[in-house]
Amino acid sequence: MYKLLLCWRYLRTRYIALASIISVMLGVATIIVVNSVMAGFTDEMQRRIHGILSDITFESTGLGGFPNADRHMQEIERLAGRWIAGMTPTVHVPAMLNFRVRDHWVTKQVNFVGIDPATYSSVSDFGCYLQHPANRHTLSFELRPGGYDVHDHQAGPDAPERHQMSQAGWPHRRRKARLEKLAAAAGAWSPDPESLPHDPFRAAQDQTDERLPAEDVFDPEVDQHPGVVLGIALASYRGRDGRDRFLALPGDDVRLTFPNAATPPEGISSIFTLVDFYESKMSEYDAGFAFVSIEELQKLRGMVDPATGATFCTSIQIKLRDDADPVAVRDRLRAHFPPELYGIYTWKDKQGPLLAAVRMETAILNVLLFLIITVAGFGILAIFFMIVVEKTRDIGILKALGASGRGIMGIFIGYGLSLGLVGSGVGLAIGLLFVAHINEIADGLGRLTGQPVFDPSIYYFQEIPTTIQPGTICWIVAGAISIAISASIFPARRAARLHPVEALRYE
Amino acid sequence: MSSFPSRSISLTPPAVPPLEAEVPTRSSTESAVSDTVTRPAEPLPWEPQEPSELAAVGLRKSYSCGRLEIPVLRGVHMHVARGEMLAVVGQSGSGKSTLLHLLGTLDTPDDGQIHFRDRRIDNLTTQQRDALRNRHFGKVFQFYHLLPELTTLENVLLPFMIGESSWRYVRRRSQHVERASEMLRRVGLDHRLKHRPSELSGGEMQRAAIARALVAEPDVLLADEPTGNLDKRTGDEILNVLQQLKETQKLTIVMVTHDQAIAADADRVVQLVEGVIDTA
Repeated sequence: MYKLLLCWRYLRTRYIALASIISVMLGVATIIVVNSVMAGFTDEMQRRIHGILSDITFESTGLGGFPNADRHMQEIERLAGRWIAGMTPTVHVPAMLNFRVRDHWVTKQVNFVGIDPATYSSVSDFGCYLQHPANRHTLSFELRPGGYDVHDHQAGPDAPERHQMSQAGWPHRRRKARLEKLAAAAGAWSPDPESLPHDPFRAAQDQTDERLPAEDVFDPEVDQHPGVVLGIALASYRGRDGRDRFLALPGDDVRLTFPNAATPPEGISSIFTLVDFYESKMSEYDAGFAFVSIEELQKLRGMVDPATGATFCTSIQIKLRDDADPVAVRDRLRAHFPPELYGIYTWKDKQGPLLAAVRMETAILNVLLFLIITVAGFGILAIFFMIVVEKTRDIGILKALGASGRGIMGIFIGYGLSLGLVGSGVGLAIGLLFVAHINEIADGLGRLTGQPVFDPSIYYFQEIPTTIQPGTICWIVAGAISIAISASIFPARRAARLHPVEALRYE
Repeated sequence: MSSFPSRSISLTPPAVPPLEAEVPTRSSTESAVSDTVTRPAEPLPWEPQEPSELAAVGLRKSYSCGRLEIPVLRGVHMHVARGEMLAVVGQSGSGKSTLLHLLGTLDTPDDGQIHFRDRRIDNLTTQQRDALRNRHFGKVFQFYHLLPELTTLENVLLPFMIGESSWRYVRRRSQHVERASEMLRRVGLDHRLKHRPSELSGGEMQRAAIARALVAEPDVLLADEPTGNLDKRTGDEILNVLQQLKETQKLTIVMVTHDQAIAADADRVVQLVEGVIDTA
């Protein structure tokens, strides 16, 4: 009982020891903040990656793809049907994207993906990342008359508005077509969006393209090319003020050049109408993907067997049930399909290096921050030695009254424990508060220093994501407390071994 | 440089040989004496009028100061009867405090034995000695030695807290508090229960220390210069308190002092000179 009482009294009267646990407190708070932010980033990234990628990707090793996707899907269904929630065939090809901004052309390299609008959303969260509310419900490659999101539906209420999007859709297309007609009439500049500068094949292309309007006149005011959904970062950039500026809007025409399925492949070029933007908030994907309807792409690339009508595709996206183990399903499929023809990966395999890098960073940060707490532990050690010296006489009295060495040791270890508890408790509270208000704090720091701490033009998140993992927090608190206890063991043993007569000797 | 080692050598020989010379001559008589406690047929170095509560036989203790051995007690025989108040007087450095520490099992003698109610206590295990100190011995020191973090009442409760498990203590706390308050009332401190030692006067602190020493109803009170730090009047008050408690609780008191006037109040006085009891 005296141990508890004295611990409590020492805790309340020795402020110097409380000073020593400030470093424990700060260490704990820092670790909690760092872990929460890292976990937040990881979770957000995983969520997004997982939203973009299906659970398992079954792909051909070549660009030509494999024939008869239905036959493959039946085979996959037969092998792992009870774990599979959905499947959809896709065609992936590398492509070049061209579109005109004012009077020069922008060229970008993209991953061109042919998707089945009906089933693609069943294997990934593709639909959620589109900018038109109706497209989020059911994707259509037809241009919408308008009504695109002006306010980013994934961002918080504070995100800046995208005013340009209010004009997107048919109104934008019509206005632009009319303007170009007027300009053509005035002869100001070439109205033809397809007139690439210094194009040696222009003459030949003009012939082929001009034959179509002869039969059915293509009027950009009422007609559209096949629809394409572009990654939002392909056609926009985020300014320093966090506002997005668009280089192209739904309604504009873009040109895509990609290899066909022949051997050897030849480049083919086609015009598409931008119908929506895809915004996963993962810059790698938002700046790299363009989606069209799979039928269109198969037709353009020559992936339809003219004799049988069977279609080719380059990969099958598989969505698993919640209780399924992706690795087990992957291994099962890998065992069956020859690896020289098919690559089978889980979504984690696809993003393995990125996730591993984040894990590594977190681990190193944790080691470093725990070293800080260990330094704090040495502070406790030093202060405890001082307290033991200061309390020598009290230790002598307690022993004279019959306290055992073990009991004396208990006082100081208990004291260390309570310092650790207080330090990590306060640190925990500070850390959690910090995490809860991290965005306000980042804003405040940004205002104070004039340098934004979290720059939304670099990250696709509007705010700093955080995730608090109770397990991690338990580990952190337990670690800090055990460091405080181990720092108090040495002084406590010294106190326990103190000879009562030495302790009581008068000066 | 060369003079330094020679000096230390010249110092040690005169100090060590007398001690070594003494040990063999007395060791034979001592072993005989220690047997007499259980077999009273042999002659004793003292005259036991009644069964002794606490007795020391041939106690020796020396402290080493570097290579130097400083003998403090050189064969002390003494006893105190139950309910007796014994005053041990001697000059500073005569070994009074060391004797008291040995009697209270705070330290172990180099040689000799200590008996408490016919039971040898100097060779007990650490645990047994802790329990003995807690239950049977009360201690009062010259500098009071109250714990500054605890209130007067808590200081007095300390022996209970130490002697009992937390669970048992909490269950019987009200009983203990009652007893501690009663004890404090008897020493005249019942109005100071919640005060810290720093808020008490010297006399009050010493009375609190006495209350702490006696609250668990020990058999023996060992007092080390209990009035040494107090003025005459306060010292007399403290002695009065001790006298009263001795009467009411049938307490055995061994009091060490250098003040002959205070020793005069005791039932019996022995003098410690140069580490041995002067039987004059």
